Amino acid sequence: MLREGEVRIPSGCAISGIMNKKGEVFSGHDIIQSIALMHDRSNGLGGGFAAYGIYPDFPDHYAFHLFYESAEAKEKTETYLNMLFHIAESGKIPTRRVPSVKNAPLAWRYFAKPKPDALFEDESEDELVVRAVMYINAHFSGSFVVSSGKNMGAFKGVGYPEEMGEYFRLEEYKGYIWTAHGRFPTNTPGWWGGAHPFTLLDWSIVHNGEISSYGANRRFLEMFGYKLTMQTDTEAITYAFDLLLRKQNIPLDIAIATLAAPFWRDIERMSLEKQTLYKAVRTVYGNLLLNGPFSIILGSNKGIVALNDRLKLRSLVAATQADVLYIASEESAIREICPEPEKIWAPRGGEPVIGLFEEGGIQK
Amino acid sequence: MTISMSTPDFLIERDRDRCIKCQVCVRQCANEAHFWDEEEQKVKANDALCVDCHRCVTYCPTHALTIRKYPLEFRENANWTASTIKAIYRQAETGGILLTGMGNDRPYPIFWDHLLLNASQVTNPSIDPLREPMELKTFLGRKPDQLKVEDGRLVEEIPPQLELEVPIMFSAMSYGSISLNAIKSLAAAAERVGIMYNTGEGGLHKDLYKYGKNTIVQVASGRFGVHPEYLQAGAAIEIKIGQGAKPGIGGHLPGEKVGLEVSQTRMIPEGTDAISPAPHHDIYSIEDLSQLIYSLKEATQYQKPVSVKIAAVHNIAAIASGIARAGADIIAIDGFRGGTGAAPLRTRDNVGIPIELALAAVDSRLREEGIRNQVSLVVGGSIRNSADVVKAIALGADAVYIATAALISLGCHLCQKCNTGKCNWGIATQNPQLVKRLNPEIGAERAANLIMAWEHEIKELLGGMGINAVESLRGNRLMLRGVGLSDRELNILGVLPAGE
Ligand code: SF4
Ligand code: SF4
Repeated sequence: MLREGEVRIPSGCAISGIMNKKGEVFSGHDIIQSIALMHDRSNGLGGGFAAYGIYPDFPDHYAFHLFYESAEAKEKTETYLNMLFHIAESGKIPTRRVPSVKNAPLAWRYFAKPKPDALFEDESEDELVVRAVMYINAHFSGSFVVSSGKNMGAFKGVGYPEEMGEYFRLEEYKGYIWTAHGRFPTNTPGWWGGAHPFTLLDWSIVHNGEISSYGANRRFLEMFGYKLTMQTDTEAITYAFDLLLRKQNIPLDIAIATLAAPFWRDIERMSLEKQTLYKAVRTVYGNLLLNGPFSIILGSNKGIVALNDRLKLRSLVAATQADVLYIASEESAIREICPEPEKIWAPRGGEPVIGLFEEGGIQK
Repeated sequence: MTISMSTPDFLIERDRDRCIKCQVCVRQCANEAHFWDEEEQKVKANDALCVDCHRCVTYCPTHALTIRKYPLEFRENANWTASTIKAIYRQAETGGILLTGMGNDRPYPIFWDHLLLNASQVTNPSIDPLREPMELKTFLGRKPDQLKVEDGRLVEEIPPQLELEVPIMFSAMSYGSISLNAIKSLAAAAERVGIMYNTGEGGLHKDLYKYGKNTIVQVASGRFGVHPEYLQAGAAIEIKIGQGAKPGIGGHLPGEKVGLEVSQTRMIPEGTDAISPAPHHDIYSIEDLSQLIYSLKEATQYQKPVSVKIAAVHNIAAIASGIARAGADIIAIDGFRGGTGAAPLRTRDNVGIPIELALAAVDSRLREEGIRNQVSLVVGGSIRNSADVVKAIALGADAVYIATAALISLGCHLCQKCNTGKCNWGIATQNPQLVKRLNPEIGAERAANLIMAWEHEIKELLGGMGINAVESLRGNRLMLRGVGLSDRELNILGVLPAGE
C-alpha cells in the first residue's frame, strides 16, 4: 500500500490551541485534555502536538525532531546534519510505553547551529535550515524531519492525540503555546510522518479541512523552491505562510488576506487605497488562495493565528480568560479546560484570531 | 474545355408539396445554388454550388428544404477517401493550392474529451453558486514575484493588467476577414459582459474606438492600420506571430474584399490585396521580438500589457519560455484546430499540435523555470464549450480565446467557406447585401448570452469541485483525470488516469 506523500489522503480533524500571551509556561496537560474531549473527531490514525517555549536551555539552537525508520537512515542523516551544523546536544526523545501505540519510529532530537561555512552566499541561517529539511525529506528514505524551529518542537504519530501525548510524555514539558491535532484520515497514512502538526522552522500548522485549491497552491509554491513531499494541505499551508511572512516579509494581515481573500464584492466597498492593495494581493497571489473548508492554527514563537476559510465551512471557536487565549474546533474542548471563559466567540469566515506576544494583546 | 470530374458535396432536397415558390431561397443563397426557372415556373437548384450553410433551410417559410450529404459514393477505399480523390480532381483542373476556411476538421484526437473533472463528495463540501459568491474575475498581465507593502499600503504598483469578469475573450478576427457588423457584435458583447475582443490584424474601424477598454489591438506582420492612436485605443496590444490554422505562413486578403472602409481602416489603397508576410520582416529572432515588445511598451508608456500570439508548434514550450523572457506580459497560444478566414488546406490540416498538449507543456515548462507568474497564458483553438474552458484553466491557462464558438453564436454554420467571401450569414463577407443580414445589436446579444451561459456553467462546475474562485482552479491539475490516454500523454498533460 502507498503511504502518505505518495498519495493524497483527505481527512477530517479536530484542532485545539492554548497560548499564554504573557509568555508564561504551562504543562502539556491541558492541551491533551482539550483535544481528548474531541476524541470522536479523530479515528486513531493520527494525532500530534506543537509546543513552544519548551527548550529554554537551548533558546538559540534549532531544535530538530527527526523520525527514523532504520539505523541506516539515522546514520546517513546524521552525517549530513554534521556536515552543515554544529550539534550541541542530541538524544532520543523520551517516550513511554503505551499499549495501543505500535510501530513507532525512532524519535531523535538535535540542538543545532549552522556552521558558518555551510551557508551559501547570501543565505540566511533560516534558509539553510529550510534547505536541509527539504533535502532530508526528499532524499533520505526512512528519515523525516518532524520539526526544526528554535525553542519549539512537534510530537506526533499514528494514534489518537491523547495517546501521542502520553507516549511522548508531554505533561513533563512546559511551554507558552500548545497546539494539538486529532486526525480522521479516510485512508491509513501508513507512517508517522503523515500525522500533524506540520512544521517548518518555528512555523507549525494544525489544520482541519480539505482544501480544494491544493493543486493550485502546490504548483505555485513549487515555483518558489518548496518541495511538497507529503501531499497534504497542512504542508502547503505551512509553506504558504513561510513564503509570505518569512521570505517576502508580507505583513500578517496581508498574508491572511492572501490565504482567505476577501470577496470581490467586499473589496469593491473598501477605500480606494485598500482596493488597490487587495486587488494587487488577489492578482499576484491568487494561486495561494485556500479554497474549500479549513480551520487552522498557525503557531510560531511570536504567537498564534487562527483562521477559517472565507465561507466558514469548518467549525472554529475562540475564547479568552485572563492572559490565556483558547482556540478549538468545538466550544466543549475549551470549556473542558476553562469552564467559564471571560469571552467566547465563533470567529467569522476569513476573520483571523491573532494572539501575539509583542503587542501583548489578543486582537479579534 | 474538358468536363469537370468534380461532383457535388451536398444534395438540395425540395419538398414540392411544401414549396410555395416564394423564392426566398433564391434570394438568400449567395452561392446562387437556387434559381428560378422561368420556363417551368419552378424553383430549381444546382447542387454543386451548395456549401451546406443552412441559410435557405432556416429561412424557407414552409420548411420545404433539406440539405444532405450527396449520396454518390466512390468505391469503398479506406486509403483513398472521397475527399482525397476530389481534392486531386480539383487540383488537376486548377493547378492551384487548395484553400479553405475555419479550423482543422480532421479526426485527430480531441484531448478535452479525454479529460474528466472532479467533484466534492463528503470530505469537502460542494458550493452552491446560487447561495455563495462564485468568483471568476481574472487578471492578465505580468505579475511580480512578490508585493511590497508598508503601513497597509502598496508601495510598488503592479504592472498593468487586463481585468476580465469571465476568463474568456473573443479571439483575433480582422476587419476584412469578417464583416464590420460581426466585429461590432463582438465588441458590444465584450463590453456588456466585461471581457475583451481582439481586432486581429485589420486595424480599428473608426466606429469601434468607443469600445477601447474592451479591445485588444493587434500588430501583425502586415502592420495594417497600426498608428499611435490605434495603439493607444486598446486595453492591450497583441503581437501576432502566428495562428493555429496556418502556422508559419502569412495571410492574404484578396483585393475584392478591400472596399473603401476596409482600405481606410487598414491604410492601404482600395482594391489592393492585403498581404501579411509569413514572418514579421523585423523579427527574425527572439531578440528582435523583444525589441518590438519594448517599442510597443514605449509607445504606450508601459500602460498596457503586451501579448504575443503564437501557433502551437512542436517546440512550443521552449518558444513560450523565450517569449516570456523577451518581455511579453501575455502569451496567447493558438492550437492546430484554431479557425481562420482563409488558409491552405494542407497547412490547416497538417501543421501544428493540439492546444491541450501545448498548454500543458508550456505551463509546466514556465513553472520549472520559475517564470510562470511573469506571464499570463491564454489559449485558443478550439475551445468549444464551458467544460473546455474549465479544463484549460485546470491545465494552467489564465484565460481562453474563442473565435469559432463566438461566430457560431452569431449564426455561423461552419460551412468552411469563409475564404469565398460569400458568407450567407453576413459574417465572413464584405458584400454589403450580405453584411446587413447580421444585425449588430442582435449579434451582440447572442454573443453576450453565450458568454453568460458559459459563465453560469463554469460557476456550477467550480461549485461542484468545492472551489469558489477561479484562481484556485488555475493550474490545479488534480481536478482532472484522463481516460483513454497513454502514459506518455498523461505525463505531458500532467494528470493522473481516472481511478488513481
Ligand atoms: S449554400 Fe446555403 S443557402 Fe445556398 S443552398 Fe446551400 S444551404 Fe442553402
Ligand atoms: S424558400 Fe422554400 S418555399 Fe420558398 S421557394 Fe425556396 S424552397 Fe420554396
